[in-house]
Amino acid sequence: MTESWGRYPAAAHAAEVPIAWRTDAALPSERPLLPYACGRSYGDSCLNDGGALIRTRGLDRFISLEGDVLRCEAGVTLGEILELTVPRGLFLPVVPGTKHVSVGGAIANDIHGKNHHRAGTFGSHVRRFEILRSNGRFECAPGDPLFDATIGGLGLTGLVLWAEILMKRVPGPAIRMEAIPFEGLDEFFALSDESDAKFEYTVAWIDVLRDDRGIFFRGEHAEGKKRGPGAARSVPFSLRLVNDFTVQAFNEAYFNAQKLGRRKKLQHYDKFFFPLDGVAHWNRLYGKGGFLQFQCVVPTADALRAVLKEAPPSPLTVLKKFGEVKSPGMLSFPRPGFTLALDLANRGGETYATYIRLERTAIEAGGALYPAKDARMNPKSFAASFPRREEFAKFIDPAFSSSFWRRVSRP
Amino acid sequence: MKILVLGATSAIAQAAARVWAQRGCELFLVARNGARLSAVADDLRARGGRVLTVAQDLNDDSLHEALLENALVALGTIDAVLLAQGILGDALKRDNDPAFAELVLRTNLTAPVRLLTLLAQRLKPGACIAAVSSIAGERGRAKVGVYGASKAGLDSFLSALRQRLRERGVQVTTLKPGLVDTPMTAALPKNALYASPAAVGRGIVRAVDRRCDVAYLPWWWRWVMRLVRALPEAFFKRMKF
Repeated sequence: MTESWGRYPAAAHAAEVPIAWRTDAALPSERPLLPYACGRSYGDSCLNDGGALIRTRGLDRFISLEGDVLRCEAGVTLGEILELTVPRGLFLPVVPGTKHVSVGGAIANDIHGKNHHRAGTFGSHVRRFEILRSNGRFECAPGDPLFDATIGGLGLTGLVLWAEILMKRVPGPAIRMEAIPFEGLDEFFALSDESDAKFEYTVAWIDVLRDDRGIFFRGEHAEGKKRGPGAARSVPFSLRLVNDFTVQAFNEAYFNAQKLGRRKKLQHYDKFFFPLDGVAHWNRLYGKGGFLQFQCVVPTADALRAVLKEAPPSPLTVLKKFGEVKSPGMLSFPRPGFTLALDLANRGGETYATYIRLERTAIEAGGALYPAKDARMNPKSFAASFPRREEFAKFIDPAFSSSFWRRVSRP
Repeated sequence: MKILVLGATSAIAQAAARVWAQRGCELFLVARNGARLSAVADDLRARGGRVLTVAQDLNDDSLHEALLENALVALGTIDAVLLAQGILGDALKRDNDPAFAELVLRTNLTAPVRLLTLLAQRLKPGACIAAVSSIAGERGRAKVGVYGASKAGLDSFLSALRQRLRERGVQVTTLKPGLVDTPMTAALPKNALYASPAAVGRGIVRAVDRRCDVAYLPWWWRWVMRLVRALPEAFFKRMKF
């Protein structure tokens, strides 16, 4: 059964139609439709319960790489792009925490990365794309309303067939990185301000069980040869290993390992950006019930403290200060402030109650929630998070919908 | 290396060609649909290959000789051939429409036999012919019908060609993919036995590098098919797989 990365909620699709060619692409006859490539969205934004999925991984061809401009089909993954371009001295302008996402998915969720304070979102570096809608094929560029609707448009505005991305020059595959332990949020704020001014990439991991101590990671592209990691290990089946005890043990071990390890080192980009890709199917560690991810952005330090007070134990609690670069996307999530992401093993009612507390605290503080991670937010939270949603809704293709959209657009 | 790829828009051929392109090989691609072929060619160029294309229906044998002459002139010499054209077709149509059954034989067997017969005369010692057959050719099953027959015929022809060309130093490699998740099998429900085209493509390149005689892709199908072949017919005919 086709799932999202959090394996919650379950969805039954009436059909899954693969598409392999951009040249003679036509929309399948089923309704409603939703594009699906890698299924790395956590909740239900990549699911279409009762409807059909257009499987787009067959659109996996490069079209051209001229100068700094890459044109490729929408089912190509960011990992495939880096494999091609890094040996030629080019890197993606923005990468998320996994390389197993498609270009179409990166556009639909207007993804962000550790360089948001410098580069903004992925959508800010897209120069053009072609989109197949039920009323025809359209080429869009920045400035077109359909372009702005599609960046962060959750796949609802049509099927993106190909896109053109402005790449950036790098000296090679290496990242010179530093891992700096900190005790408490004040130290985090100081490190963040200092590092954002000097480093291209910054992010922090924190342990909410231990007074928000954590590790601050910062880095930038550097000269030097570094070999990529070998084949990923894999979790072969669902095995519920994540619980309060293991999270505590993991956090303790992780903090100490980072603290004892070398503070500065040269790392391959794969290890720096995509450490979790080293374990295939890590989502199975949450068991068959899956997990929820909560990611919000809140405008102030006080708001961040308030949300952290509600945060339950989580092995992957990630914190970053977003920058001011504005995305063209109508439904783009990043905005100035602090973004916090954490995982919640799905234990039913108790977990949903925790989620509601987090949701309420973030929204009341003037924050927003991230659709790509979400399985539970209510329509009011969505409305508060995305003031341009009504403008966006006009661009939804009538043949397209998703479980997420039906949930958050309920009256 | 200079490689002729017949049926270049097949998912399996594309996957192998990507590995060759990355190595900087020169590729001469042939496929029926011109727009799709140029999409494949652009992809391979971006990956580092030097690529020439001819859009042509390989079922039209009147064009075969000219096509191979063209390829030889354009490439200078041919180090390897990947023959990958093939159709599976819808089961109902395959089983009930004799004209379609014949088209399956024509695409998967007759045209390849004609092309390989012409190629055999033109290849130099050291060259390799790799042809995509299938595990489906090893034992006739209701689910694959005449498709299996076409692949059984191809297997037999390739085996004969391998013997015949051995003394001239031309290697013939029979490629036997198992279940692969491609547009050809889009209508079938998928299970854990399915391999990705990328994995099969890497396997093809390896088989050509090592000059294998018969390569199962992935390798474990060799043992599965040994078992399938060993089943007594009285039992086999009752099976539903």
